[in-house]
Amino acid sequence: MSELVAVPVLLPLAAAGLSMAFGRFADVQRLLGLLVLGVIVVDAAVLLYFADVHGPLVLHLGGWAAPVGIALVADRLAALLLLISVVVMFAVLLYSIGQRITDYGRGAASTTFHPIYLVLCSGVSLAYLTGDLFNLFVAFEIMLASSYVLINRRTTASRVRAGMTYTIVSLSSSVLFLTMIGLVYAATGTVNLADLALEMGQLPPAPVRALALLMVIVFGVKSAMVPLHFWLPDSYPNAPAPITAILAALLTKVGIYAMIRTQIVVFEREPSWPLMLTLAMATMIIGALGALAQNDLNRMLSFLLVSHIGFMLFGLGVYDIAGLTGVILYIVHHITVQATLFLVSGLITRYTGTVALSRMGGLAKISPLVAVLFAVPALSLAGVPPFSGFVAKLALLRSGIGVGTVWGYVATGVVVLTSLLTLYAVARVWTRAFWGQVREPEGDPDPTDELVVGTGDTSPGMVQATGVLVLSTVLVAALAGPLAEISQRAATDLITGEAYRTAVLGGGSGG
Amino acid sequence: MNTVNLTMAIVLGGLYATGFYLLLQRSLMRVLLGIVILGHGANLLLQLAGGSQAGRPPMLGDTPIGRMADPLPQAMALTAIVITFALTTFLLALAYRAWQLLGHDEVQDDVEDRRIRRLEAELAEADEDTERELDSEATR
Repeated sequence: MSELVAVPVLLPLAAAGLSMAFGRFADVQRLLGLLVLGVIVVDAAVLLYFADVHGPLVLHLGGWAAPVGIALVADRLAALLLLISVVVMFAVLLYSIGQRITDYGRGAASTTFHPIYLVLCSGVSLAYLTGDLFNLFVAFEIMLASSYVLINRRTTASRVRAGMTYTIVSLSSSVLFLTMIGLVYAATGTVNLADLALEMGQLPPAPVRALALLMVIVFGVKSAMVPLHFWLPDSYPNAPAPITAILAALLTKVGIYAMIRTQIVVFEREPSWPLMLTLAMATMIIGALGALAQNDLNRMLSFLLVSHIGFMLFGLGVYDIAGLTGVILYIVHHITVQATLFLVSGLITRYTGTVALSRMGGLAKISPLVAVLFAVPALSLAGVPPFSGFVAKLALLRSGIGVGTVWGYVATGVVVLTSLLTLYAVARVWTRAFWGQVREPEGDPDPTDELVVGTGDTSPGMVQATGVLVLSTVLVAALAGPLAEISQRAATDLITGEAYRTAVLGGGSGG
Repeated sequence: MNTVNLTMAIVLGGLYATGFYLLLQRSLMRVLLGIVILGHGANLLLQLAGGSQAGRPPMLGDTPIGRMADPLPQAMALTAIVITFALTTFLLALAYRAWQLLGHDEVQDDVEDRRIRRLEAELAEADEDTERELDSEATR
């Protein structure tokens, strides 16, 4: 049974090799990619069911027992996030296949995209499932290395600078990550997360605090926490829509996941963490204000992404079961919604030929379908009931009120304010792009690059893939009850940490 | 907790300081060298995390079990070296591509910086205009 934990990591890696071998056969590549992701969706669902009913599934790689060997752990949190991430990866792959067929015809193979996309999937899965700090580093490197390739593919003069910034910032944060691992190992003699929790308790408080802070910085860069967010709005908007969508939806959330996992499993802390609440407030406000200042649709969405990272940090700052339940719900909601918004932005630019909001208009008349596809996730992002964002935000707000300190109330106020600013930002897009005079699409500013815009048409594949994602955001809202329950159980697991520790350390080898 | 000897601590400090200094430079080549040096620093740190037994090979039968170096940091450092090596190669290729496309290897300002500078220039121009108007009115 526990072998199933390795499937989401190993299968896409093996398939990536195969996909590269079939580089000339476009259809084989496409089928292989969809098939592999489909299998992983099923696998993740099974993992989630088992983790929820029977407790965490642990696989000790190579038969080495836990503190020394590498353990893969699928508990409720990891399995839930894995499931939702792979569903989004599947839909985005559908979209990009649809786009490719529309733009280049059915036979046009892309030798690098499919293999790299599968490698990215493997990295994301490993990051969720790994039970040790060094393996988490490897997972981040797999994920980031594939994102470097995806962002810098067929780069042009105008995009090369953004790709360069992204690559260098990520590499620097990886070096800090390595430094952190070295220091953690020097202090405790282990990198296994469950074991670290026990060892950290033996240390004097000063080095523990320093290590916790270093982890906040490392994962803060990865998850675009203010003031370490500057690279994100600069790099993500420059890639083609599906790539931006998948990177924006997954990479920052994996950073948040790593932040939550390391802080909560490894360190002991009283509820309400003032430093994290402060960082969360800064992230929410600066991101939202940054979004309001943008005229470029994609840059605006990127700033909104930064701002909503703040909501997740806020839940972590509350640091109790209610707060973490809110974060988990929020991550599930945000992964689907953010991916959808970037895909819709891809559809919008095909009708407008530009990302400048000031040069758009009348889209609601040109394509009512795209208007609906935009409205649902946009309202959801702003937290308007009955969409998915509302449920998650309500959980966060209630946990914020529950803190009971002045700082807690201030932070909760900032959450409400940021939601309003988000609503304002998406309403601005609506009035500028969807209302007003109908405009002719502008020509493609750079026909040689991969960004095909202004063609004035979309293919059914792209629209259907976006539709699937919009439906899944609606589904997240419709299933809010069971989701909230499972999130609460996952949050309780995290805070007590008992089940995780016994599963990893007490189970012996095999499992 | 393991102790580190002073020489190594100073070497580490030097590597990190040099690395971060180079990282903040405008030339891409220097930034790249900065990443390489930082990577060396981090790998050395991983090695030192194994403690003072360093230098005695962790081989069964060769070294008494209590006195061999900790093999885990060595395994981690090896993995990290491979990863930094691969990413350095990628970065080199990217830097070469940037040089091909742009004709130089300077890191440019980002979009926001450029917008601020443009606004600044416009404001300065507007200021000059009003001053000139005020001047002409005063002389009139």
